[in-house]
Amino acid sequence: MRHLLSITDLTAADAIGILNTATELARINEGQVKKLPTLRGRTIVNLFAEDSTRTRISFEAAAKRLSADVINFSAKGSSLSKGESLKDTAQTLQAMGADAVVIRHSASGAAQRLADLEWMSGSVINAGDGTHEHPSQALLDAFTIRKHLSKGANDLAGLRIAIVGDVLHSRVARSNVLLLSLLGADVVLVAPPTLLPVGVETWPASVSYDFDAVIPNVDAIMMLRVQQERMTDLFFPNAREYSRYFGLNSERMSAMATHAIVMHPGPMNRGLEISADVADSARSVIVEQVTNGVNIRMAILYVLLAGGPLEVGSN
Amino acid sequence: MSVALSAEDISRALTRISHEILERNHGSAEITLLGIPTRGAHLAARIATIMTGIEGREIPYGTLDITLYRDDLRLRPPRTIMPTSIPSIGIAGRDVILIDDVLYSGRTIRAALDALGEVGRPRTVQLAVLVDRGHRELPIRADYVGKNLPTSPRQSVKVQLTEIDSIDEVVIEGEAN
Repeated sequence: MRHLLSITDLTAADAIGILNTATELARINEGQVKKLPTLRGRTIVNLFAEDSTRTRISFEAAAKRLSADVINFSAKGSSLSKGESLKDTAQTLQAMGADAVVIRHSASGAAQRLADLEWMSGSVINAGDGTHEHPSQALLDAFTIRKHLSKGANDLAGLRIAIVGDVLHSRVARSNVLLLSLLGADVVLVAPPTLLPVGVETWPASVSYDFDAVIPNVDAIMMLRVQQERMTDLFFPNAREYSRYFGLNSERMSAMATHAIVMHPGPMNRGLEISADVADSARSVIVEQVTNGVNIRMAILYVLLAGGPLEVGSN
Repeated sequence: MSVALSAEDISRALTRISHEILERNHGSAEITLLGIPTRGAHLAARIATIMTGIEGREIPYGTLDITLYRDDLRLRPPRTIMPTSIPSIGIAGRDVILIDDVLYSGRTIRAALDALGEVGRPRTVQLAVLVDRGHRELPIRADYVGKNLPTSPRQSVKVQLTEIDSIDEVVIEGEAN
């Protein structure tokens, strides 16, 4: 494997391999060892053309724990804001000898374009492209679900997972539907019809408009952020109505199965899609998702970069 | 293909190594055994059992994966990371015995010393191997050797253990010339 652009590039075995690698890395990170020499001398560029807290910090922490050199570079404060094209930026990174580029971009397909056009010889890791995909987030979510709910199995067979909210604008939802179904879970999307993308019926997931009917039957509820910055239209009458039908509050949480967990990829709109008491409750694994994110990103960097050049291009 | 060690040979070698470790360290009080996955880990468990039989006490043993410390990662596709489990007593101030199946270039042991340095500071580190096949590329030697097997670099030494393989056996594959 050279790039990580989309969950569709992965087989179930690839995904389980990354999850298992992350499991071992998590065990190391919990012990005394915080720094590993594995990627010493490799350069990883974080190219963030769109705002991010968790993903950027987590990729940076992951790279540093593996002893790679990290160059952070965001749109604000770089020549990207002067209108430099992605191609010129990529060629600059190539000239500086980047072994991998972690790219976040507001345009769907930006990572694919960077990888396909061979502007640079390193690996490309998609850290979120527009409303398309966010594969490392899906992997960390699958890792979190497996850790809490899977009874010894490597995959997620037999688990039911609800993904609730703004599916239309969510790259997290798309990557998760693909990955969780690849690993054998049943996924149900819950959203108002206006926040479901065209063609959702072709996704490997069922659809429901009735959150309350779904809640007792699922093992995990993944809330999505209402992405107001991407909303150019009126998708629901007002925030209070959205919250009443699709928000997760303590009353709805009490209807969940006793073992079920609450997830959110962050950043949260507290009071809109999730209430503060639910976000901070014992069922919520939201903070743990962030911790797991570092382990998953270490595993991704390990799988893509630790092996030799022999493998490059074989994917 | 020729059989270098039979099941009985392996069992005798492990018993002798166990006695040698106890003799050199004046008993088992400070000993911690760490096997290098995959087969070294199983050998460590077997040696711990033999030592418990001799000494009448539990011997702390665990596994130490060295994949992330290898200097030859870039020569091969990514390797699977195996579990590391350090006994709860830790390794600080202990006599740590590293255990592996085959000693060859010495690079695995160099990586193991790096990995060990991250975990703690043992009083001593000693090395026990089932087979020493020569061809060292680093100034590293074993303290306890099951059998010295002079081999050609063109040959390969295959250790099989019943925990993961169907049989206890060490075979040499390929011709010397």
